[in-house]
Amino acid sequence: MRVNVIIKRIIQQLLGDKRSIALMFVAPIFVMTLLWLVLGMEDYEPAIALTDVPEQFQEVLEEQDASFSEMTLTEAEEALKKQEVDAHFRLENELMNITMEGSDPTATSAVQRVLNEASKQLNPSNLNVEIDFLHGSTDVKLFDNIGPVLIGFFVFFFTFIIGGVSFLRERTQGTLERLLATPLRRWEIVTGYLSGFGIFIIIQSIIMAAFSIYVLDIYMAGSFFAVIIISILLAITALSLGTLLSAYAKNEFQMIQFIPIAIIPQVFFAGIFHTESIAWIDAIGKIMPLYYGADALREIMIRGQQLTDVWGDIGILIGFSVVFIFLNIVALKRHRKL
Amino acid sequence: MNDFVKLEGIQQQFDKEQVLKKVDLTIPKGQLFGLLGPSGSGKTTLVKIMIGLLNPTKGTVSIANQKMPSLKQLQEIGYMAQNDALYSELTGKQNLEFFASIYGIFKKERAERVDEAAKIVNLTDHLHKTLEHYSGGMKRRMSLAVALLHRPSLLILDEPTVGIDPVLRASIWKDLKAIQETGTTIIITTHVMDEAEKCDELALLRDGYMIAKGSPDELKEKSKTETLEDAFLYFGKSQQVEVG
Repeated sequence: MRVNVIIKRIIQQLLGDKRSIALMFVAPIFVMTLLWLVLGMEDYEPAIALTDVPEQFQEVLEEQDASFSEMTLTEAEEALKKQEVDAHFRLENELMNITMEGSDPTATSAVQRVLNEASKQLNPSNLNVEIDFLHGSTDVKLFDNIGPVLIGFFVFFFTFIIGGVSFLRERTQGTLERLLATPLRRWEIVTGYLSGFGIFIIIQSIIMAAFSIYVLDIYMAGSFFAVIIISILLAITALSLGTLLSAYAKNEFQMIQFIPIAIIPQVFFAGIFHTESIAWIDAIGKIMPLYYGADALREIMIRGQQLTDVWGDIGILIGFSVVFIFLNIVALKRHRKL
Repeated sequence: MNDFVKLEGIQQQFDKEQVLKKVDLTIPKGQLFGLLGPSGSGKTTLVKIMIGLLNPTKGTVSIANQKMPSLKQLQEIGYMAQNDALYSELTGKQNLEFFASIYGIFKKERAERVDEAAKIVNLTDHLHKTLEHYSGGMKRRMSLAVALLHRPSLLILDEPTVGIDPVLRASIWKDLKAIQETGTTIIITTHVMDEAEKCDELALLRDGYMIAKGSPDELKEKSKTETLEDAFLYFGKSQQVEVG
């Protein structure tokens, strides 16, 4: 089978290119680790300046996760300006006055949290609540929540680049045309290419998912196998999209230009931000493959769903791939009619 | 039999530029046929149209009475592109084995064919190197070896000897003549006059027209000139003259 010949060649080629192999396998691990470090950090502890705050209130405040320092009014104003503190609490005419530094929303909301906790303790007659979780738990951190989206995104991103650029090189160095001067059929070229890279993609997906789940300990309620299946489907979509777009790039630089247009926007609509409230914005996401891949990954990893529960996402991902693969075969007509 | 390769009314337009204006050409079986013309005269375009890599704006190509592009005919054609079109990450041997497999040469025969082709282009000692370490001339020779692998009945070579030193060039021409003797038809593009002299028949291309066709001697006789170069200049002035 001539498809096998192409697969074998791609393997030989990639094995000879150690750096690309490294990009495929090491880069996703590297990036996920950094994200895990950044997103998994402990909650921010605000620094707060106090001026003339009543003894009783100060005691309650100091039980909270924040650092406090007593200052005079001018000292505190100076400290705020220099961003040494995030907020300034002072009692003026029997009234609690609070000035926020205000340029960093994380710090601002951390100060508010401290305030809420403190006032709750001062005024325990407030409603007592107990919270249960249908999915996840208080343990679901930001990293756990957007982790599945990011796994999907990086699989998509790295596959797109490597697949797209290498198919483009096949065009620019003339080997694609050379192949079309042989009796190879167009579908054999496309299938061979996708399968050759497919092998590496499967390994990449397994490494990425296994690393996130078993090493970074990302929240995982579903089956590992299901995660792999979705990653692979997503990667095949990315690969066929990459090879397709490479037909419209003259060189590597033009290929890279597709990233901000075709890849980056997908991550905005894949569930990191909540877009459900405005229908037309939400609709933009629905034409993007990552939307479905990320949705399926979240359902599986956070809500513990089975593959059968996300068959809709799976169907759409397969649909995208089939369309892209078909368009790939058609795009080769530019070189040879048959 | 006299029209193994037949081009009829070929016109090719890229955007607004007409690269080939009207080319009718027949090439008999077994000939070593040269397409001679300066760069930009449309040689590569014409060759690509022959093999089916370009759809002519107008006109038809048939090889052995089959309309191109035909997958069956492609199996019979050896093509050497102007750019080397090889995989630089692979070794010479891997390149040859890849193309041999594409042409469906079975494993038993493959090693033999690879050796044979490498020997013709004098690369036997360099087969284990990756192409990144090949010189320009070596890549050119590797590219020629790829075209010879499956013992095609029609060889189409686009500027095959560019960047190859005179000694090896002479030896490659000797081999081409030998390949021709086995019954292979060879079409070669060139802009080098002394190479053109070695062809059985020539078509002179200029500005998208075929300005003359005939054997080197016929062309010189008709233009009453001593050298092909002068003949080319003569026909260039009086465009579109049929000779022979």
